[in-house]
Amino acid sequence: MSTLHTVNKSPFERGSLASALAHALPGDAVLLIEDAVVGARASAVKTADLIKAAMPACKLYVLGPDLTARGIPSTDVVDGINIVDYPGFVDLVADHDKTQAWL
Amino acid sequence: MSDTKRFLYVNRKAPHGTIYALESLEVVLIGAAFEQDVSLAFLDDGVFQLIKKQTTTGIGVKNFAPVYRALGDYDVKKIFVERESLEERGLSEDDLMEITHEDDDEEDVSSVEIVDRARMAEIMAAQDVILSF
Repeated sequence: MSTLHTVNKSPFERGSLASALAHALPGDAVLLIEDAVVGARASAVKTADLIKAAMPACKLYVLGPDLTARGIPSTDVVDGINIVDYPGFVDLVADHDKTQAWL
Repeated sequence: MSDTKRFLYVNRKAPHGTIYALESLEVVLIGAAFEQDVSLAFLDDGVFQLIKKQTTTGIGVKNFAPVYRALGDYDVKKIFVERESLEERGLSEDDLMEITHEDDDEEDVSSVEIVDRARMAEIMAAQDVILSF
């Protein structure tokens, strides 16, 4: 039983990314979408460290079109976060037993 | 294969400022008619939904807090509240309203279980369906 956790709000505004990472279990995936993609930037040290701490156990993903829309180049994204497109988002949903949205 | 699925309603927002808490409760009550294995989780600011003695007359909105106490009548008997979320907000179990259901001997027993974050993660992982509010 693995879960895809989606986060859609900025970690600078809300605790939903921190909460998602605190409840994700090994083998789960966490996907940043919408405003949450601003949390994927490597130069934002605090959120980057939070994500890196979760990465040995969980796979981290960010939705590319949401990065592009916000002018965040892929080179700015924390190493190890996988950038996916919309079909990739669908694959993630299909590859996990369930999806949990952290609103 | 059983037709019964495990449903978890995850509540993470404080009441009254947004519609999430009321909408969650409405969906729980509607969903109760389908006789599934239902649990409710309260974490992060969601723990504020269960605080006792909420009085909303001054802000002109419906006070739906008493409805939580009727959940037992709808066969919703499993309410999990995260200990760390309470502690981070300076709250304890004593601040929460009493929510009970009748056990097999028709005795009123508490539906609320305080669980730590690790246990909450396990509860989430064990579900078939998670509905987030």
